Amino acid sequence: MKEQLHALQSEALGLIAEAGDIPTLEGLRVRFLGKKGELTAILKQMGQLDPNQRPVIGQLANAVSAEITEAIQMRREVLEAADLDQRLRAEQLDVTIPGTAQVIGKRHPMMKTLDEALDIFIGMGFTVAEGPEIEFAANVFDKLNTAEGHPSRDWQDTFYFDQADKHVLRTHTSSVQIRVMENQTPPIRVVSPGRVYRKDEVDATHSPMFHQIEGLVVDKGITMADLKGTLNALVQELYGAGTKTRFRPHHFPFTEPSCEVDCQCFKCSGAGCSMCKGEGWIELLGAGMVHPNVFRNCGIDPDEYTGFAFGVGLERMTMMRFNISDLRLIFENDLRFLRQF
Amino acid sequence: MKLSRKWLAEFTDIQASDIEYADRMTITGSKVEGGEDLGAEIQNVVLGRIVSVERHENADTLWVCTVDVGQDEPTVIVTGADNLKPGDFCPVALHKSLLPGGVEIKKGKLRGVTSNGMLGSLNELELTIHDYPYSVEDGILTFTPDEMASYQPGDDIRPIIGKDDRVVEFEITSNRPDCLSVIGLARESAASFDTALTIREPQVKGSGGSVLEHVDVEIWDEDLCPRYTARVVRNVKIEPSPVWMRQRLRASGVRPINNIVDITNYVMLEYGQPMHAFDRACLDGDQIIVRRATAGETMDTLDGVTRTLTDALVIADAEKAVGIAGVMGGADSEITENTRTVVFESANFNATSIRKTASRLGLRTDASSRFEKGLDPLGTLPAVQRACELVELLGAGEVVDGVVDVIAADRAPVALALEAERINALLGTDISRDQMVAILEKVGFTVDGADQVTVPSWRLDVHEYVDLAEEVARFYGYNVIPATMFRGATAQGGFNQQQKQERITGELLQGLGYYEILTYAFTGQTAYDKIRLPEDAPQRESLTILNPLGEDTSRMRTMALPSMLEILARNLNYRNESARFYEIARVYLPNSERETLCDEALRLTLGAYGEGMDFFQLKGAVEALLDAMNITGISWTAKADNPAFHPGRCAELIRDGQSLGCLGQLHPLTVKNYGREEDLYAAELDLDALFAAIGQERTYVPWPKYPAVTRDIAVVCEDSVTVADLQAVIAEAGGKHLGESRLFDIYTGAPIPEGKKSVAFALRYQAADRTLTDEDADKATTKILASLERQLNAVIR
Repeated sequence: MKEQLHALQSEALGLIAEAGDIPTLEGLRVRFLGKKGELTAILKQMGQLDPNQRPVIGQLANAVSAEITEAIQMRREVLEAADLDQRLRAEQLDVTIPGTAQVIGKRHPMMKTLDEALDIFIGMGFTVAEGPEIEFAANVFDKLNTAEGHPSRDWQDTFYFDQADKHVLRTHTSSVQIRVMENQTPPIRVVSPGRVYRKDEVDATHSPMFHQIEGLVVDKGITMADLKGTLNALVQELYGAGTKTRFRPHHFPFTEPSCEVDCQCFKCSGAGCSMCKGEGWIELLGAGMVHPNVFRNCGIDPDEYTGFAFGVGLERMTMMRFNISDLRLIFENDLRFLRQF
Repeated sequence: MKLSRKWLAEFTDIQASDIEYADRMTITGSKVEGGEDLGAEIQNVVLGRIVSVERHENADTLWVCTVDVGQDEPTVIVTGADNLKPGDFCPVALHKSLLPGGVEIKKGKLRGVTSNGMLGSLNELELTIHDYPYSVEDGILTFTPDEMASYQPGDDIRPIIGKDDRVVEFEITSNRPDCLSVIGLARESAASFDTALTIREPQVKGSGGSVLEHVDVEIWDEDLCPRYTARVVRNVKIEPSPVWMRQRLRASGVRPINNIVDITNYVMLEYGQPMHAFDRACLDGDQIIVRRATAGETMDTLDGVTRTLTDALVIADAEKAVGIAGVMGGADSEITENTRTVVFESANFNATSIRKTASRLGLRTDASSRFEKGLDPLGTLPAVQRACELVELLGAGEVVDGVVDVIAADRAPVALALEAERINALLGTDISRDQMVAILEKVGFTVDGADQVTVPSWRLDVHEYVDLAEEVARFYGYNVIPATMFRGATAQGGFNQQQKQERITGELLQGLGYYEILTYAFTGQTAYDKIRLPEDAPQRESLTILNPLGEDTSRMRTMALPSMLEILARNLNYRNESARFYEIARVYLPNSERETLCDEALRLTLGAYGEGMDFFQLKGAVEALLDAMNITGISWTAKADNPAFHPGRCAELIRDGQSLGCLGQLHPLTVKNYGREEDLYAAELDLDALFAAIGQERTYVPWPKYPAVTRDIAVVCEDSVTVADLQAVIAEAGGKHLGESRLFDIYTGAPIPEGKKSVAFALRYQAADRTLTDEDADKATTKILASLERQLNAVIR
């Protein structure tokens, strides 16, 4: 019997090692270890053995059984691992196929520019003030030292709602500054973004409705040097640290001294190209020291306070920032355009 | 303003290159917009003298000329023009020369004769008959002997025809009409480059007589005409002005006409003072009266139009108006070939009056656009003197002795204190008092020992210290002023609550796949027609712009929906397959109680079409937005009577009985009005009301400790019964443990009978204090089913 058991063991281990799949392995388990299996068949002959021999053979039989069981278990793990591996291989995906589309919309590029500018000003301690678009001519013109007869008040340039010229579509957001100065004592630091209107036909650089962001700082001892510092900081934040600016005398009724600020052309770095019309500089914004008459009109004493103000066209800023060549794209709202930013 | 650098050189000697000149002038405040080298396109074109002219042997229409071009031998040139004779001077484009427009001239054979170039005509040199009135238009340009006095054959043609000049184009701001003149810009140039400025006082010899024998002047409306200066010229000989004057005018963009008219234009360009010359013969009597026009008074202006002069200031004789002051002269008093005696008028008029007249008559002239900016009241006399000096120089007539100079309103010079410290405090600089004085004196101010500044008479824009500060700053250098950050009490900057909400709303919608758009605030009645708004709809009452660009942009919109639909249709036209847009838009709702005429209300519009879009997608987006904004208590009702929308697919949002807007699928007829037929979806919501409905910040609520029990039910009911109806009954009958009734299926079709539908809900029961039993759930569910059947005839399926 001993020999039988050894023979059984060696045959079983041999077959288990060769088993190629789980069913074969299962068949082997039934054949050798099942209730009607070969090990059981051998053990049935135990009755014919000498009683002294029985514990010895019994022990041997248990050992054989344990060894076969373990071999099956190990073989099973190997086969299962191979199976899993094969199944996973079959499940392979083309990972270069794009993911399922999940659309996230986007902010309009001009509002993106506005957000950026506002964040810069808020960082400098400005608050954001807004006001009506349909405004008193008094706030848009008179109080801003733009007397009756100034060309900007012409019906050819400004939209009017009444023959008495009392109400207009504001031509700049400076009217908000008037409202702020009439209602707040200095120190004042506000920026006022918003829609403004001028009577221009739509073309590549003009639109009857456009957007501005204007700023106003009023306090004791505010200087033109402060104006320069603030605007330089804005330009550097918006267009990069190395951006060069140029301040040029200009005329606005509501500031004195007044200036326009150019920045060096991005495209040609000042050499002169089509983008800057050969000038090497691109006009960016208008600014100046608040005119004493404006202070007087708002009940602020110009002997005590000084201030500066500036206004930037958002469309122009956006067009420069994103290299947009035609203003009409901003208001066309073509998805192919909006997707790009 | 176009400035000839040759003309400028008469007043100050600037050596700077064109680029240096433009940069420096721009930086001191006279912005250079561009410039042109007049002769840039002309090369190798010289003066020639015709030696002989002979008929071409082989061509009846050609002439063979030998021309002295300053070389050892005359050269042969073939021409088709017949206006040449030996001794004539004319331009010669030599072999390998260039003419304007990039035309290249080379030698070549014409019917067997070699032509070594081309003789030039007016047109080929970009000149006109006005520049050379003695020449012919359709032949070769020939010069008069006096024009040739200082030239030799072979000389470069450019100086001869005035094309050796550089014209600089300035953008002059409205506060500096004094710079609309050669002298004004010369003063700025001299100050910018620190060169000497030479302004000569005009010298008039006179020819005896007295001006008062010819005219006398009376100003009736002194407020509109502070000063009127005039001189008279007799025995006038009208002829073309000399070539140098024509060239100056031409470089400045003014067309030469005749000597007298050219003189007035020349003086206007040089001094900035508009002049008017008129024929003395047209005056009835010898009185010139400056007065307001009488009611209904008319006059024919120089351009041949009969104009009603209401309110205009006119120049008149005892009987009639002969000119509109500062705008245009009368046709009857025009200078003609027969004019013998000329009155030169050099006056100062009220700026506003001129502007109003020009604007009302739709007649803006060179003169009016200068007067309306306000001119130097002391400028009238030098200008009229200069005109008379030129008359004598040109031999155009005899200047009668004496000047009529009526000063109706004298303007005292403006005097200001030079507050050097205050100027430095404003600029943030440390400029010495002496440097300030030096700068101010360069541009015509005088400063006395007591630091009293006298403002020059032509600087009507200077009133107080800030104006002096600008003068100082622009020549000290804007770019030399330091850049500092302002100091002062630190302030808390930031957005207010609404500004924050607007940003958040936008971000949420972007997260939902919606792109932001920006549309115009203008609209027109046709936009309301397109969305099928009834004629009497209150939304049609909108604020009207009195001077709009066009009918379609004449109203301020009261709704933002049409703008959105416009954009949806445009994107469809561009073949963008699907799109989702939002706009946070202002609308303008007329409100007579408001001083600013209207309430400017915020609207949120959504618009969408294309793949995956339907009513519930849009509604889902709005619900998600409401949830994220923490707005609760919204109910939805069907809205069949909004004509813009599909009558069965439009819902109104209601909160506290107030409508917050509506959303849905657009009516096919609305879509058709935008030229499309796709399914379009849109919402227009009252954003002010939504912001007001935002709930208090939520605090943490622990979830129940005990598990929930769920039951699914399906009931069959009439199609017309809404899910909201069913849910209301469920909520009412469900008892205190019913947590939610979630819709999970709606089914129509067999075996459900026609006109009915099966609606399935997942019911969820939960108690805070114990685990509910199956019996609890079954009992509640039975009650719900009974109520559904009783109240809505909805029976369990």
